[in-house]
Amino acid sequence: MTTDTAHHRAGRSTASGLVRLSTGFIVVALLALMIADIHLYRPDPWQELGRIGLGLVTPTWPDIPELALAVGHTVAFALLAVAVSAGLGLLLAMWFHWRWVRVLAAAIRSVHEVFWGLLFMQVWGLSATTGLLAILIPFTGIFAKVFADILQQQRPHTVQTFGAASRINRYAYGWIPKAWPELLSYVRYRFECALRSSAILGFIGLPTLGFHLETAFRQGQYSEAAAVLWVFLLLIASVRLWLRPRLVPLFIVAAIWILPEMPPVNASFFWQFISQDLWPKALQRGDIIATGQWYAKVFMSDVWPALWQTLAVTQIALVVSGVLALLYYPFASRWLVGSVRPLGRFKLLVLRSVPELMLAYVFMLIFGPSALPAILALGIHNGGLIAFLLANNSEDSSHTQRPDSPTGAMRFFYQDLPQRYPAFLALLFYRWEVIMRESAMMGVLGIATLGFYVDSAFEEIRFDKAFFLIVMAAILNIVIDSLSRRLRKRAGLRTPLM
Amino acid sequence: MFSLSQASLNHGKQRVLHDISVSISEGEKVALIGPSGAGKSSLLSLLWEQHPADIALCPQDNALVDILSVYQNIYMGALSRFGTFYNLLNLIRPWPARRQEVSTIAAQLGIADKLMTSPDQLSGGQRQRVALGRALYRKQNVFFGDEPVSSLDPAQGDALLGDVLSQHSTAVVAIHSPELALKHFTRIIALQNGRIVGDWSASSVSLAQLSAIYSGGQ
Repeated sequence: MTTDTAHHRAGRSTASGLVRLSTGFIVVALLALMIADIHLYRPDPWQELGRIGLGLVTPTWPDIPELALAVGHTVAFALLAVAVSAGLGLLLAMWFHWRWVRVLAAAIRSVHEVFWGLLFMQVWGLSATTGLLAILIPFTGIFAKVFADILQQQRPHTVQTFGAASRINRYAYGWIPKAWPELLSYVRYRFECALRSSAILGFIGLPTLGFHLETAFRQGQYSEAAAVLWVFLLLIASVRLWLRPRLVPLFIVAAIWILPEMPPVNASFFWQFISQDLWPKALQRGDIIATGQWYAKVFMSDVWPALWQTLAVTQIALVVSGVLALLYYPFASRWLVGSVRPLGRFKLLVLRSVPELMLAYVFMLIFGPSALPAILALGIHNGGLIAFLLANNSEDSSHTQRPDSPTGAMRFFYQDLPQRYPAFLALLFYRWEVIMRESAMMGVLGIATLGFYVDSAFEEIRFDKAFFLIVMAAILNIVIDSLSRRLRKRAGLRTPLM
Repeated sequence: MFSLSQASLNHGKQRVLHDISVSISEGEKVALIGPSGAGKSSLLSLLWEQHPADIALCPQDNALVDILSVYQNIYMGALSRFGTFYNLLNLIRPWPARRQEVSTIAAQLGIADKLMTSPDQLSGGQRQRVALGRALYRKQNVFFGDEPVSSLDPAQGDALLGDVLSQHSTAVVAIHSPELALKHFTRIIALQNGRIVGDWSASSVSLAQLSAIYSGGQ
């Protein structure tokens, strides 16, 4: 840990600095509670909860081939999108020292898959093209950044022996082979994320598992919804069993074969979409003043309230995630609670496998459409994810703890918690930007964040407005990403590998 | 007080202690000497396991909680003396009476001005003083140390070791320096390759004999 960072002034412990930082975030979240649109629309949530609970234990599905096809589509979108985006991401990573590559990668990953999906749907409808592009574009940006990080952390010895080899050769013979295991394990993790994204795209109409889940939920068919949910969880949990490295080429061929129809690319229509439909009429006329007025009007009527709601949900969800992670993780660490852990890795894995949008949807049925379901869903998902990593960390370091370590609660509060805390904060700040992206996206469920306004604008066929909102969401995301990086650096927190 | 007879210890497949028989009675101050990897730390932990609750321990590394304050790190020696709730409140705000006691110890160790900083901001020598501080605040009669002054300069290490030993009636300390072993201890046990190769009272052994242990002879 660095000793010369700003808050390490004489006479203050690192812990007190981190506590101060955490308190700041808690205060902001409390203020956000006043802004956030949190209501309990259903005075008696227990009845609905009971029906959903009953559905969960009595899963049924009338049409098995239909469900199997949805599974096929979900996997096909995810697999092909990851295959393409990993390759593109690696290419971008090789030129990550160029500013415009970094800006491009940041820009494309700052827009959520669902927003990309809504955008492409206007051109290609509910087709394979829409589904694939919606996942592979943001994933390319994410791969570029993470691959660049991984490659940068490799030691330069091998490559230094090459003399004046070209950049491509230096990567092909040196950097990439050296980092191969890490690159591959990240691709594997991202494939799981892609499965979640692919399923989620069903909520906006693509023929993946999410579509059937949403339909079943909307019709109150909780047993059918549960069947889809269980199938999805099984699919994620068993990835390592069926996705054998040697079978990947075979899977790719099968995925291409199973894809739904891909409409021919109509170049003039596409060109009209990006050159005209996305921009306000005034700008196309060349009327700068009217354009300014239009943007100002939309900013005040839609963007401003949407930004505040999104930020409020993000800040509250961030703190809820943190609190839940700290509450969960000790119960999943053998060193802290012994070998009978009430919260095993399996339960934490389930928590982080369910996509936030699905959780939010369920909570919305229970509590009604306010910010509350989004906050709970984001908190539970991210809390589970961080707790999983902290619990592993806690168990791994138990071998090097001193033999006279305190026991019971004191072991947690005086030793393990302070030891985990810097990693905890780093992980949480790392998720900040992800949580913001998800908060914005959850608007498509009817929660008043950016996604709600984006969705409504598309419904009104006001593409210029929708595009403006998406760009603003992207800018907010980039601002939070850079703020998070700055805070991590200032607090001396190292970037964790996910 | 401590006794082992024909004890052995394996780390994985490797045997780190062979056939150790030793007994240590109350009032003895024992130095464990020997080259690195001779089994000093292993012997120390075998002995520690016989009375874990009554020993003030100062282990070699990872002894501190890096981000907590020096005060909290020293206070941790007293966790078993106070109730859970009292300890928790202390984590939020130090109790004035405890802070008074801990600052007295920190002053003895020469780190009084570091009380509210944290070990991750300290040098190796200062960290070692904090670890010793925790052992002193355990307030036990028995002190176990594993190279407790190795990061301090010789003069400071000498003074501090004398000070710590004077506050305990019994001690077992793994130590690298034959000079310190002769000066501060009543009994010296030498280890080599996991076996005891010498067990002398300090008055009956010479510096030359001890130095030979390190150069491979006996």
